[in-house]
Amino acid sequence: MGKTFIKPEALSDQYTHYCPGCTHGIIHRLVAEVIDELDISGRTVGIAPVGCAVLAYNYFTFDFQEASHGRAPAMATGVKRVRPDLAVFTYQGDGDLASIGMGEIVHAANRGEKFTTIFVNNTVYGMTGGQMAPTTMPGQRTTTSPFGREVKTTGMPVKMAELLSTLETPGYITRQTVIKPKYIAKAKKAIKKAFEYQLEGKCFSFVEVISTCPTNWGLTPIEAVKWAEETLLPYYKLGEFKTPD
Amino acid sequence: MAKVLMKGNEAIGEAAIRAGCLNYFAYPITPQSEVAEYLSRRMPEVGGMFLQGESEVAVSYMLFGASACGARVFTSSSSPGISLMSEGISYIAGAECPVVFINIMRGGPGLGGILPSQADYFQATKGGGHGDYRLLVMAPASVQEAVEMVMISFTLAEKYRNPVMLLGDGLIGQMMEPVEFPDNLASEPSNKDEWATSGMDTRGTDKRNLVKSLFLDSVKLNEHNLLLKAKYDRMKQEEVRYEPYNIESDYKVLVVSYGTMSRVCKTAIDNMKEEGFEVAMIRPQTLFPFPEEAVNQAASKESCRVVISIEMSMGQMVEDVERCVKGKLPVEWYGKCGGDIPTPEEVIDSVKSFYKEYI
Amino acid sequence: MAYKLYIDTNRCKGCGLCVSVCPKNVLQISEEINAKGYFPVYQALPEDCNFCATCCMMCPDVAITITEENEETVEQPE
Repeated sequence: MGKTFIKPEALSDQYTHYCPGCTHGIIHRLVAEVIDELDISGRTVGIAPVGCAVLAYNYFTFDFQEASHGRAPAMATGVKRVRPDLAVFTYQGDGDLASIGMGEIVHAANRGEKFTTIFVNNTVYGMTGGQMAPTTMPGQRTTTSPFGREVKTTGMPVKMAELLSTLETPGYITRQTVIKPKYIAKAKKAIKKAFEYQLEGKCFSFVEVISTCPTNWGLTPIEAVKWAEETLLPYYKLGEFKTPD
Repeated sequence: MAKVLMKGNEAIGEAAIRAGCLNYFAYPITPQSEVAEYLSRRMPEVGGMFLQGESEVAVSYMLFGASACGARVFTSSSSPGISLMSEGISYIAGAECPVVFINIMRGGPGLGGILPSQADYFQATKGGGHGDYRLLVMAPASVQEAVEMVMISFTLAEKYRNPVMLLGDGLIGQMMEPVEFPDNLASEPSNKDEWATSGMDTRGTDKRNLVKSLFLDSVKLNEHNLLLKAKYDRMKQEEVRYEPYNIESDYKVLVVSYGTMSRVCKTAIDNMKEEGFEVAMIRPQTLFPFPEEAVNQAASKESCRVVISIEMSMGQMVEDVERCVKGKLPVEWYGKCGGDIPTPEEVIDSVKSFYKEYI
Repeated sequence: MAYKLYIDTNRCKGCGLCVSVCPKNVLQISEEINAKGYFPVYQALPEDCNFCATCCMMCPDVAITITEENEETVEQPE
């Protein structure tokens, strides 16, 4: 009965700047655990986004690059093309990946670039104060949709995992969440699978992670988990959308 | 070494390979698509990497990522494409990575035209991207010179850990001239273990590297900018290159011109010399750092009455010329845009009419 | 196997997620503020803890760690 649990080595000791209850911390830890378990820290290069995770590089103990907003998949392409032996991942939020970076992620996935993308979907632009994102739900109030997102003028939220899975190029495309323990174990498995595909040189891998943003949702961390479970999970369905096999 | 007749764009591509740069990311744009077309065939032959990205924006970041992990990389584009890459260039300069950019200039602004121009002088030497950074800018006037400058660019980019830009124009890109590829111009890639994210195992260390341009602390960001400025100051000391032409004569007019425009000026100068009308030229080969001393010295000539900046633009380099001349002489501008390249006769007319104004 | 659980009160941001997922209701939010101004979690009923590590898994800040009884507690620096 019971087990040990310590901080993975790939995660640094630094206290994070993330808000209380922000799921970035959980996702960072899962990525670090996977990197420890696969013993690839010495050849991993992470690519940080612009968003709350802009300082992600402070929380990992391996090589890191800082991309401009949305362009991490292009930087990852650059690294992977000149050093295919390195394990490369991008870590991006809603604005970074689904808005300004939409072109870069679609093309990297379509070319089948052999890196891994962790997409943190919390339906808002966190760092800049909670503006509307392409992933914001209909009727959801944000600082740039104060009356609730109007589908008539701004369309429906983008489902990135589904979108990328329509590409003919083989890839590993999955959507997970970390809002409750029962989902966290599955999310870690998916992240590990994604990195394993990369290490086999098989395909592009993409793990979308439904996350919470208590601060910008105006909810406590526990209320945020509840809202995510009730409102997001029915729309953003969990599961594997594409595997390369 | 064999001399070959080559199209400028293709020679530029070959020069990069000869300089040990085996990684090329690019996007097609007239008038330089031949660089990409040539390298798409040639890179596989030499075991190199060719990738056509989805946009110039994406390409600028592919270059950043690849350079940041220690590879020698370059790209080629033309004016509107360089505009798109400008944010990337700012990041690359801020993060101190070596990347070589080739701009085969075309007419602007906006979609402009596809014929040659020199209208990206401001963009290359004064900005383009945001923030306090400079590009080392080289300006070839022939395909041979372009080849040599491409090779030197990689050495300089690594020496300064800064992006370097080769400012060519559609003529350089499209025309065919005899070319020799020197063996000794490009250095071996520098040791990048101190900063490149090449993987801790590759470097045999447990100290990780971080490539970034973000410094939220004001004191640290100021220090970083001072560090960058020191590089640019050093470039000004060590990297100025220019060619004087007919400078020993008792010239009445000083022309400042670069790139293919300078070749038209040379013909004009030779023709005027035959009539006994002496004109000299300073041809900058680096636009940053600009040959300030040389232009200032040349403007001190007793016999000289006026300095004319002759460019295929609406007058961009003229502002630097004015600054260097420091009021010793009047400074004028002559040029045409759109690819309507001034002829030697038009240059002669403009030189003579400006001279008349200032006798 | 004997285990011990350690809560680094300086890492904890008092988000309460661990409290909500503990199957044994061991954890509660403390009334003593930490150095950062947060109210960190503590084990109100430590004897009920079965070291399932669910709180550890849920914690975004790796504030809770579990080690074997005979090992050194993994203390995080300030």
